[in-house]
Amino acid sequence: MNMRVLYFAWLRERVGLAEETVSPPPEVRTVADLITWLRSRGEVYEAALADPSIVRVAVNQDYARPDHPVQAGDEIAIFPPVTGG
Amino acid sequence: MTVRVQCEDFDTAAELEKLTAGNPRIGAVVTFTGLVRDFAEDKAIQRMTLEHYPGMTEKQLSAIVAEAQQRWPLDGCLVIHRYGPLEPGDRIVLVIVASAHRQAAFEACEFLVDWLKTKAPFWKLEEQGGERRWVEAKASDDAAAARWQR
Repeated sequence: MNMRVLYFAWLRERVGLAEETVSPPPEVRTVADLITWLRSRGEVYEAALADPSIVRVAVNQDYARPDHPVQAGDEIAIFPPVTGG
Repeated sequence: MTVRVQCEDFDTAAELEKLTAGNPRIGAVVTFTGLVRDFAEDKAIQRMTLEHYPGMTEKQLSAIVAEAQQRWPLDGCLVIHRYGPLEPGDRIVLVIVASAHRQAAFEACEFLVDWLKTKAPFWKLEEQGGERRWVEAKASDDAAAARWQR
């Protein structure tokens, strides 16, 4: 199951990618599952995503809580708390 | 009701004129303009870059404007937010709210600014000398946004 994952701001810099397509295993069903799976992919991900209090997630451009479902074809964005205005 | 996300500067007077033209119902217009400061925590800022999430930014700003329309009787509303490289003194954001009476215009404008600061996906990168620093979200901004929670 393919998903697009986008990274912004310092998360983009720490991961070293603005965007990637990932294929997590079928047991990845929620935002929290996806973050846990991403963290298992290497030290860079583990370090960038270690503190959930400073990581926000949007699924298909709407804010999503950890229990929000994820599925094939979703656009999932991972970013720090926003600082516009 | 208009939302624009753009790199270019904007002309506040021209936007205000456009928003109110031909609508004599409007008795009050409140505008908010956000500017780049030249300091952050007592350090000088030389430059700022605003990153955003194209698509989601417009979607979230439109949702915030729709929420304001639900809550107040508005006759016009415009939000322009810039992205890209900016310098101290540059305009970042413009919010214009028009209504028959001032209270709705004042409140809706404050609401829009409070919510866009905590919901619109923008991130500020500040440059001071050779150093660059991603601005951290402020608890005071969350508290300001929470005032409008229903």
